[in-house]
Amino acid sequence: MPLTTVTNPVKAGSRYLSGNDAAAEGAIAAGCRFYGGYPITPSSEIMEYMSREMVPRGGAFLQMEDEIASISSVVGASWSGAKAMTATSGPGLSLMQECLGYAAFTETPVVVVDVQRAGPCTGQATKVGAGDIMAVKWGSHGDYQVVALSPWSVQEMFSLTVEAFNLSERLRVPAFLLAEEATGHLRERVDLPETIEIYNRDYTPGQPVFGCAEADGIPSMPCFGAGEKLMVTGSTHDQWGFRKTEGPEFHDRLVRRLSRKVLDRKAEICRHEGYYLDDAEVVVVAYGFTARSALRAVRQARQDGMAVGLLRLITIWPFDGELISRVAQGARGFLVPEMNLGQVDGLVRSAAGDTPVKSLTQVNGSTISPASILAALGEMR
Amino acid sequence: MARSMEKYLRPEVKTTPFCPGCGHGVLMGALLRAMDQLQLDMEKTVFVSGIGCAAWIPSPNFAADTLHTLHGRAVAFASGVKAANPDLKVIVISGDGDLTSIGGNHLIHAARRNQELTVICANNMIYGMTGGQMAPTTPQGHLTATSVQGNPYRAFDLVKLVKGAGAPYVARGSVVRPYDLIGYLKKAIASPDFAFVEVLSPCPTQYGRRNKLDSPGAMYDRLGQLCRTEAGNDPACFPPEDALLLGEFND
Repeated sequence: MPLTTVTNPVKAGSRYLSGNDAAAEGAIAAGCRFYGGYPITPSSEIMEYMSREMVPRGGAFLQMEDEIASISSVVGASWSGAKAMTATSGPGLSLMQECLGYAAFTETPVVVVDVQRAGPCTGQATKVGAGDIMAVKWGSHGDYQVVALSPWSVQEMFSLTVEAFNLSERLRVPAFLLAEEATGHLRERVDLPETIEIYNRDYTPGQPVFGCAEADGIPSMPCFGAGEKLMVTGSTHDQWGFRKTEGPEFHDRLVRRLSRKVLDRKAEICRHEGYYLDDAEVVVVAYGFTARSALRAVRQARQDGMAVGLLRLITIWPFDGELISRVAQGARGFLVPEMNLGQVDGLVRSAAGDTPVKSLTQVNGSTISPASILAALGEMR
Repeated sequence: MARSMEKYLRPEVKTTPFCPGCGHGVLMGALLRAMDQLQLDMEKTVFVSGIGCAAWIPSPNFAADTLHTLHGRAVAFASGVKAANPDLKVIVISGDGDLTSIGGNHLIHAARRNQELTVICANNMIYGMTGGQMAPTTPQGHLTATSVQGNPYRAFDLVKLVKGAGAPYVARGSVVRPYDLIGYLKKAIASPDFAFVEVLSPCPTQYGRRNKLDSPGAMYDRLGQLCRTEAGNDPACFPPEDALLLGEFND
């Protein structure tokens, strides 16, 4: 079975770690054996960690000349059979976008840890932001799908990095850890497990590599050197990889399958946590570091007698609009606090039906305080 | 293609995609002969290319693993392929615009890192696939779709560029001297270092017809006259003779 339980290769038990170090350890635990990167604040600690650990663990590390070279080397390494990753932040993510589209179109498993900072542009390099929600999904041209997970703790910087690898390898898509500076540089206690479930890519010799009979299927993935004579191309291709730069049916079938293979599996991919939702009249929808403040505010509001709950999104992409629609049926309002000008807010609105949605935005390079969220809830009494 | 080389080609591929008179078919033949003479294990060889006419030399023609990448990024992809599996022989084949303009930074940094990669640059001195625009290798004064009054800029000397970046093996060949070219390609592929071969390859369709070389024969004749194997001193040589000096350029 591609999903196997292995002994955690990093030190298990109670540890005190930074978020960025936990993401690096999660990558190693998931079986990552190639890191290609370029330094950028506030993600560089991940690269530094991997530069120390990859070679002793039988992998390889390359410091590349820029971020598009980094992600290109990661795609190349993935086709050589290695689980492969990079880490970056806003400007680096922008520079990677063309190749992220290549990874999606060639169905190459790659993991990108995006430790978000205050953008756009160079912005405030050391300050926190969450403005890359749309960029990881829509940054490259054309239609495609990705997976993006949003950690709220150092523990999840570890566990969701493992999950990003597992989903990327299983679905053959780019997977993002949508971290934030505040979580990347947070230090707190984690409990790392003794064993870990990892997904190793499916390979059946002689099978088509870029297509299958099912309209939402995920093909077998060999690697270079296996004797398959692979034809990997970013041009439109048939199921064997032959370029099909003309013929509408080839493009249509491929683009639709690449979306459907992710969207048809939403039920398996999407995860969330609910707090006090059973009788909640007002529901805070939050993710990442902001969900920590939101939980504190919700608990305070409960003490103040307000029927409020928290829906914490762990999976951002694919976006679980059906979940929002279900929760909307019992709620009289949503509050969406975000460290951007309302990126998930728009997604919630599109699924909330008649339930009103209030947006709380903050883009000053600081985390949103529980008091701000509590004040916004007070206006919704 | 000679029958003896057919074993290196995919049986599904019946023709090359190149224009009549394009030099890339000669380069393709030279490369296959070099690989044949080296007894290269095709199952352990990966061909990486970018975007442009030359990127179609290996993809999908060669019966081996091929990675047809983004415009300019072939060398960066190749670095990852090689690092993750050092047992693979990794050969990059792409054009001058791809490798030295949009991909110029990747080329010089790969040369600096001296990872074991073979990079073959088919230099036709123009952007062929997009319709004949000026490249960083277009000789000064020459006519292209984006320099109709003559290219105002100097051309890169690719040998000096890559040598300056630290590549241990650098050679310049031409499709008008295919046997010398096979020798350079063999040395580059066998090298345990970063090895770079520039290959002068005529583009009659886009370059020739704009520069009074309106038949493939005229282009090959002209290139044959200009290519030299010893440094000369002809101030009238145009483009500058340095850029047409063939050979190996190693310390």
